[in-house]
Amino acid sequence: MTTLLPVIEAPRYRPPVLEIDASLTAEWLVAFLQDELVGRRGIRNAVLGLSGGVDSAVVAFLAARALGPEHVHCIRMPYKTSSPDSLADAQAVIDALGCDVRTIEITAAVDGYLQFEPDADARRRGNVMARTRMLVLFDQSSKLTALPIGTGNKTERLLGYFTWHADDSPPVNPIGDLFKTQVWQLARYLGVPARIVDKAPSADLEANQTDEGDLGITYLQADRILELILSGRADEHIVARGFAPSDVALVRRRVEGTHWKRHLPTTAMLSNTAINEFYLRPVDY
Amino acid sequence: MKVAIIQSKPRKGDVDSNLTDLGAAFAQIAGTSETYDLVVAPEAALTGYFLEGAVYERAFEAETLAQILADLWRENAGTARAPVDIVLGFYENAAGTYYNSALYLHVEPDAHRIVHVHRKMFLPTYGVFDEERFLSRGRRLQAFDTRFGRMAILICEDAWHAIMPMLAAIKGARVLIVPSASPGRGLAEGGELESVLHWRNVLRSYAVEHGVFVLYAGLAGFEGGKGMTGSSSVIDPFGDTIVAAPALGTHLISASIELSDIDVARARLPLLGDLSAVLPDLLLDAELMPYVSPASALKS
Repeated sequence: MTTLLPVIEAPRYRPPVLEIDASLTAEWLVAFLQDELVGRRGIRNAVLGLSGGVDSAVVAFLAARALGPEHVHCIRMPYKTSSPDSLADAQAVIDALGCDVRTIEITAAVDGYLQFEPDADARRRGNVMARTRMLVLFDQSSKLTALPIGTGNKTERLLGYFTWHADDSPPVNPIGDLFKTQVWQLARYLGVPARIVDKAPSADLEANQTDEGDLGITYLQADRILELILSGRADEHIVARGFAPSDVALVRRRVEGTHWKRHLPTTAMLSNTAINEFYLRPVDY
Repeated sequence: MKVAIIQSKPRKGDVDSNLTDLGAAFAQIAGTSETYDLVVAPEAALTGYFLEGAVYERAFEAETLAQILADLWRENAGTARAPVDIVLGFYENAAGTYYNSALYLHVEPDAHRIVHVHRKMFLPTYGVFDEERFLSRGRRLQAFDTRFGRMAILICEDAWHAIMPMLAAIKGARVLIVPSASPGRGLAEGGELESVLHWRNVLRSYAVEHGVFVLYAGLAGFEGGKGMTGSSSVIDPFGDTIVAAPALGTHLISASIELSDIDVARARLPLLGDLSAVLPDLLLDAELMPYVSPASALKS
């Protein structure tokens, strides 16, 4: 009787890799912040909006490592409908790091405009709040001689889940190439308070709002699908790997509908010296 | 042979400032009790790597750069510290044609000589890279004779194609000098970036297969968010990394290497000799030795 050979079967698919070496990532991003602020611009201070969420908490921790907490200015910018928990969670970051903090309520500024637009829906109101926060952040930047640091992650950038020329406007962003699930990994490594890492992410522009509710998909699923899309995989391939066709379609639609949000404004080209078309210089030149 | 590799972090486009830093590194090298024979600096060491259209403003003619470097060495290291050989990556203006090049320069107390200029052949033009939009590619891989024997220079992606070190070794190179500027990427578990790991794997495999020393000079520092991964190293002909710098930050790495190790390594593992014998057949088999495969000789 023939003995059957033991079969060792290769897995059909390798799972999309979202795990990061958090220690290495932190070291890399700290060096990035030091080079960009101190090395290139000669600026020793950072200013950032501390929302109470995990993204800005991670950036605060990184900036404190890179520059020293005394050089990190955290600005809390609540609107009247913002959750009190957000302020408290932001305070937990301040307490952990010992960095400078200031609370500047944006209600009067936001309502000062919106009184003329009483019919503005939640999305428009949220955009006004986001843009007002950037107005504050850039003014504080000038006052404090501190560079604004961005806190947008790769997932929200890809899904277009941000206000154009608001959340994405700071000149330096350490976490913009990290998916949300990777930001969570980094947060745990850095020691961001667990209540911030574990809570449901929210833009906190409306009551009881959550990101995953707004988006219609969990971050874990979205990140896995995004990783496959960005690696060049077709939708049929992603579905064949077990992802729900509706989830794949949702993510694809959001990515493909928001390319414009990841670019500078479109400028009509008229010459052989059009900026960024013919006249090409790197940002650090 | 005493070798130093300068892992530098240039200020973008600021040639004067970067020359000052290079001069300081020369002074540091010359200030030790040992006599250095060869000093290697990375790709685009005087300007930074990503220059886009500014490459035309920051390119050197090779002869001009040779004079600048020779003077810089004498001023900072002193004429008593010559002769010395210097390798440095730079953007080259060759009568209006621009290359990503590396200069091999021999400096005497009162004279200098360009030993070789290698022009990068594989210009990465994909993803984050855009070299061929701005530069012309080199057309020649040449092994050249130095006072320490025959060497070859491979710039960055040149060294990601196995045929390049192979041909360099076949042409007689015993030392491969690799100036590089490699933006780091890949954060999966493992303690180092995937691109750094790939570099080390390919360089070590070349060193072992061909019995060559590899001198890898990596640019460091962030350029518009892209972090150059340093990791300068010296790999011996047995494939062992005998000294290496970390990915981040500026460093000076130093090694005393025994060129006779090459002979020992090749005697132990004579793959290069085997390759020299077989390569003509590999390249010319269709013309020289028509080959009937067993599959085509199927019998009924």
